[in-house]
Amino acid sequence: MESFWEILGEAFGLILAWDSDLIEIIGLSLRVTLTAVAISCVIGLPLGAAVGAFRFPGRAAAIVVLNALMGLPPVVVGLIAYLMLSAAGPLGPLGLLYTPAAMIIAQTILVTPIVAALSRQVVEDYYREYAEQFDSLGVGPLDRVAALLWDARYSLLTVALAGFGRAVAEVGAVIIVGGNINHVTRVMTTTIALETSKGNLELALALGVVLLAIAVAVNGAAMTLRASAVRMAYV
Amino acid sequence: MFDAAPDTTAPTPLLPGESPPSALLRARGLRFDAGGKRLIDGIDIDIRPGTRTAIVGANGAGKSLLLRLLHGLIRPTAGEVLWEGRPLDREGRRNQAMVFQRPVLLRRSVLGNLRFALAVRGLAGPERKAREAEAMERSRLGDLANRPARVLSGGEQQRLAVVRALACAPRVLFLDEPTASLDPGSTHAIERLVAEAHESGVAIVLVTHDIGQARRLGDDLVFLHGGRVVETGRAADVLDAPRSEAARAWLQGRLYLDAPCRLDA
Repeated sequence: MESFWEILGEAFGLILAWDSDLIEIIGLSLRVTLTAVAISCVIGLPLGAAVGAFRFPGRAAAIVVLNALMGLPPVVVGLIAYLMLSAAGPLGPLGLLYTPAAMIIAQTILVTPIVAALSRQVVEDYYREYAEQFDSLGVGPLDRVAALLWDARYSLLTVALAGFGRAVAEVGAVIIVGGNINHVTRVMTTTIALETSKGNLELALALGVVLLAIAVAVNGAAMTLRASAVRMAYV
Repeated sequence: MFDAAPDTTAPTPLLPGESPPSALLRARGLRFDAGGKRLIDGIDIDIRPGTRTAIVGANGAGKSLLLRLLHGLIRPTAGEVLWEGRPLDREGRRNQAMVFQRPVLLRRSVLGNLRFALAVRGLAGPERKAREAEAMERSRLGDLANRPARVLSGGEQQRLAVVRALACAPRVLFLDEPTASLDPGSTHAIERLVAEAHESGVAIVLVTHDIGQARRLGDDLVFLHGGRVVETGRAADVLDAPRSEAARAWLQGRLYLDAPCRLDA
């Protein structure tokens, strides 16, 4: 067996050679993850903001449920999504199983509670500061949610990042509903699992390096943006 | 003009033949209890159009709480607040504005803060632009229009909070210690804005710890102690010749201790 450094060298060789298979897998991973995170933000941010800003019967229970759902096991989500999308399931006629759309659905189920629960906490902190001023100005419920989401935008960026981190590194759900089909549903994490089991460690490690690089780049960009927001007292 | 217990009420002098204008805002039997204590106890108040009222008293007297009750930010335990004779509702509150001790500014530019308040009031297009321009000119913050509001100095932030409130064209402006911990220059700028608002017909209700400010900005004065109105009247009269021991002690800077009114007392 080759040494770690030899495998690492070959992995970097694959990356530098801009291997077409590698690019395809990275592209699909980013497409699936970014789409799932975007959908999760569209659903989860207003939901979290509403729970954070409004008082209603059952609010405490809603917060408990949201927080609990943050820890959803990916394989369970994958199984539920599989049952819904399989031929016998309610969404079976759509024929989405083993497509990138199925993977997006699974990741959205996984990430939305994270976005909603974390944004609830962020928005609640902002709302504590704004509530009396909003009451004084006569701000309506929808305007409150919109204003809170806008004013908390830089803090909510971190929330979206948490969702991205969860989705991009996830393997259990996407492998169940995606099937890890070559050139169709193969993403970075499922490929790493598969190629490692096959002993093709160069490709697996190359994808691992790319995955880490993406995580570092996205977090670095978000941190830079947040630092400028802090300078402008927007956080 | 304010009505408290008969022995402490000083009526606002009226010219011969003059009848008192009807109250814009009227509070009757206002009471507020919290944590087993009666924090506001049976306050009756009339705020008439275009008047200037200073509310003073020691810390914990209930001044800020009273302001919040009058503005409808807090529901009273008992009693009622009426706006033009009807229970104060959202519509009535749209005719009021409040400036808090610590300005609550959105994480936006100076102009963004103004725009938000005006948009909430349903203003758009040329009318909103005209109000924005007027507010920027009035506040003398025009050069800072695109600066993030929260990086302004404390005085500038409070000036923005005042013009934002005035841009909503209130008929009553509540001010809760608007110049606390501001330097004299900033205090003067805020007082100028308040005076201009009053000249344009806005009724002013000001909570302050500053005796000089109460003289400068108050025609009427209400002295609160332990959640009760203990003395009212023309500001100069109360400040020059207080009749209650609590007001005398406060004006002389003496400690005046008595037990707070407990519900079980």
